Amino acid sequence: MKANCPMPQLDFDIITLGHGSGGLLTSKLLDSGVFNLLENEYLNEKHDGAVFELVGKTAMTTDSFVISPVFFPGGNIGELAVNGTVNDLAMCGAIPKHISLGLILEEGLKMEELWDILLSVRFACEKAGVQVVTGDTKVVEKGKGDKVFINTTGIGQVHENANIHIDRIKVGDKILVSGQIATHGIGIMSVREGLEFETDIESDTTCLNHTVKKLLDQFGENIHLLRDPTRGGLGTVLTEMAQQAGLGMDILQKNIPLDEQVEGACEMLGLDPLYVANEGVFVAIVSDEVHEAALESLKQDENGINAACIGEVTENHKGQVILKSAIGGKRVIHKLPGEQLPRIC
Amino acid sequence: MKYLSEFRDPEAVEKYLNEIHKTVTQPWTIMEVCGGQTHSLVKNGILSLLPDKVRMVHGPGCPVCVTPLNLIDKAVFLAEEKDVIVCTFGDMIRVPGSKKSLLQAKAEGADIRILYSPLEAVKIAKENPDRQVVFFAVGFETTAPANALSVIHAFREKLDNYSILASHVLVPPAMEAVINDEENIIQAFLAAGHVCTIMGLDEYYPIAEQYEIPVVVTGFEPVDLLQGILMTVKQLEAGEAKLENQYARVVKPKGNPAAQNMIQQVFEIADREWRGIGTIPISGYQVKEAFAEYDATRKFSVNIKKAPECADCIAGQVLKGLKKPFECSQFGKACTPQNPLGAPMVSSEGACAAYYHYAGVADAT
Repeated sequence: MKANCPMPQLDFDIITLGHGSGGLLTSKLLDSGVFNLLENEYLNEKHDGAVFELVGKTAMTTDSFVISPVFFPGGNIGELAVNGTVNDLAMCGAIPKHISLGLILEEGLKMEELWDILLSVRFACEKAGVQVVTGDTKVVEKGKGDKVFINTTGIGQVHENANIHIDRIKVGDKILVSGQIATHGIGIMSVREGLEFETDIESDTTCLNHTVKKLLDQFGENIHLLRDPTRGGLGTVLTEMAQQAGLGMDILQKNIPLDEQVEGACEMLGLDPLYVANEGVFVAIVSDEVHEAALESLKQDENGINAACIGEVTENHKGQVILKSAIGGKRVIHKLPGEQLPRIC
Repeated sequence: MKYLSEFRDPEAVEKYLNEIHKTVTQPWTIMEVCGGQTHSLVKNGILSLLPDKVRMVHGPGCPVCVTPLNLIDKAVFLAEEKDVIVCTFGDMIRVPGSKKSLLQAKAEGADIRILYSPLEAVKIAKENPDRQVVFFAVGFETTAPANALSVIHAFREKLDNYSILASHVLVPPAMEAVINDEENIIQAFLAAGHVCTIMGLDEYYPIAEQYEIPVVVTGFEPVDLLQGILMTVKQLEAGEAKLENQYARVVKPKGNPAAQNMIQQVFEIADREWRGIGTIPISGYQVKEAFAEYDATRKFSVNIKKAPECADCIAGQVLKGLKKPFECSQFGKACTPQNPLGAPMVSSEGACAAYYHYAGVADAT
């Protein structure tokens, strides 16, 4: 999705090394594109950095985006870069405020493509309610990048009700998942070179901060931990949490939200959806007392329609996540070892 | 999911489990031949549901696991040659060679591509006429038709830059090798459903008859596996030894003649080395003389000395069902899916990786 704003007339249609020189071409690129699209009081200063005031507890995070392909079903690297950092802040219980935008462009990138990416950045910022307050643009020689790499760093103010920490997980807590898993990873794989298959699965990349804020408004300290299971998938994140907390987790496979098409694609590719990357999904560990109300509240949110309670924290099998399969068998969930490799027969 | 959900139905699973529990009166050791079956048994937690008297032993049917060390070294060697693109199925790239895996070679700059179809490799060859494209063609009878088809396509399109590094192995000789091992403990087989989909049932009647051992051709979903196990246990309890087909919805008695025809055009049966087991006579495919120019071993002079296997790895005994993965001193210690010493720890179909993921459940319930 992108904001509607036509590309201005420019006297160049591809990115060249000069656009990263810091000289005239850089100014042209930024003045015509970035500053106009993303303008705000901080960026308009055109200074080396942004100066602003912070009050209270603050969260900060950084993330780099190197996705291939840059344009994928359901989005592009621009919105992904904003949403990724916004969501990391949200998982800290913070209200995202400001982000930085570091662009590493590959020589030869079409200006039209960069424009589309920047439109998506703007759209995602508007949706999330954040501002790009500072940034940087570099250009690398053709072949040294993959069209665009983006780094975003974000700062947010921690919600006054939030008390999110691994130590707060306790036995009996319930594990909620906000939506269908594996959608993003399968959406990307469907357009990877050598793997293309026909499907209408789209990445679910979106900002989760408003959804999280609502949960914190209502349930405050009863939200013990939040994580977004991006790379490594749900299985890896659950295992990390169990190990860090020194507690066990029991998960019910039949409760894990999974789109039928995504499940089918996973079958075909030999992938375990538990280890496929997610974007618009988060895991919330909440106290037993509020879990039903929290789930109901999540289901009312546009990002939580498919939310489900998938299991609970237990004092048994400390540090391990045990999945009860749909047919009643049990297995241990581990962290994803390396890349998830497809089976061959 | 349509066409699958009925074979994952918890009620049907319970029905078959109850029947297995009722039928079994004494301990039996059954080998599921195919790595896909091992994977499904573990993924669905079926091993934790079976009666103690039914002991499942995981067979050699993981093509990644039995691909000889020397061939992996050859693939690495070719990948490191200038102007060569090595294409392979995903599982192969992490299998340790004597010096490095394809994954390491890739990290060091070799052009190695993971594909789902060998025809994709032919496409890459067409697009890169000034480079040699080698497809690392591993697998059982199941992947052989598509690999053969890639050679036929390359031949028709007169491509002189495509070849395959073939490491094709056959299931029936491996089953016989397991039975003939002097330490054999296997009393029945779940034969590999997908292999029989291609090859049919004819090769399996003599095994059941000659060795007086029950053989049940079985599918891969939970209900398939439990039904296959039940059929096997019924035979064992009744003292019978015959071939049965649990997977009849897919496996036809004569298999898939068109696929067999493709295999016969390109491949001929030959002796094959199985990693961890050794050479088994007439147990694999090699590229026929007529297609020699598409055979990477003939096309490139790759003389790589045979390196010894890792001394601590007991993969051979695991693949023959003589030892369980956790009986290995390195299991879960020096050898993990992140740092495999032997191939069965690499593929999700390998018995060691399967056990690694399963380990700990028993004491965690």
